[in-house]
Amino acid sequence: MPFDRLVRAMDEWAAANPEVPVEIQIGRGKYEPRNARFHRLLPVAAYRQKVAEARLFVAHAGIGSIITAVEAGKPLLMLPRLKAEGEHNTDHQLATAASICDRPGLFVAADTADLKARAAEMFAVGATPPAAIAPFADPGFTDRIRAFIEAP
Amino acid sequence: MPKPKRILAIASGGGHFVQLLRLRPAWEGQLITYATVHGASATDVAPMALLTFRDVSRADWWRLPLTVFDILVIFARVRPQVIVTTGALPGLVALALAVPFGVRTLWVDSIANSEVLSGSGGQAGKVATRVLTQWPLLAQPNVEYWGSVL
Repeated sequence: MPFDRLVRAMDEWAAANPEVPVEIQIGRGKYEPRNARFHRLLPVAAYRQKVAEARLFVAHAGIGSIITAVEAGKPLLMLPRLKAEGEHNTDHQLATAASICDRPGLFVAADTADLKARAAEMFAVGATPPAAIAPFADPGFTDRIRAFIEAP
Repeated sequence: MPKPKRILAIASGGGHFVQLLRLRPAWEGQLITYATVHGASATDVAPMALLTFRDVSRADWWRLPLTVFDILVIFARVRPQVIVTTGALPGLVALALAVPFGVRTLWVDSIANSEVLSGSGGQAGKVATRVLTQWPLLAQPNVEYWGSVL
């Protein structure tokens, strides 16, 4: 789903920071950035490459973004999608953000003004990276799924 | 280990598929086929097979017949004995379509849904063999907590 509010905010940030190369994945959004390179949809390998090379990673509060950031060891600044803005079907991204924001390396902006301010700070001075995680879920969980699969 | 089974692991793109990948040890050694929206995800599961289907969500529900068709084609190719899905709506569609075939099915609600089960998850109980939440506080009759991907 489009997330023009985030795209526009980061395009404005790019305008205010012209020396910084900014790239934005805009999906099916209507708003096309004027101050940043943009793509509709990056293939997953290219996306991970760009996250690895980025000095700052900004995204919605989606699990894909979070896990990508954690696996890349990159701090992530998130703006949750809001149902009222037509950005998602529900407000579950607010719940996701609340449940993970006390983990190191994962930061949540309250609104676009907060987003731009935090982006500036994180870009300038850096931020704690997320704690590393194992490549797979806890074996206790996958073992139970295995047992379900193997049951006659 | 008992004889390997034909497993279909199906998920929408983005975080849904990323969560599915983190569950891979659960089906190691089985005859696994993955299904998702983006063909480029094949690199993540190679050399295992990855098939694609057209996405659908509440926002564009009129696309549902396309997704149903694609999933039935996948069923014909894979003939799954067990289906595991991390959602979203296409995963629910797959579980519903699997009911007449007597396939064992598992719905794993996304870890994103930390305060209330997802919309599709709320419906999954009608068609899935088992429904899981990844948050202990969301466990309820017919929704179990077995752990989480993170």
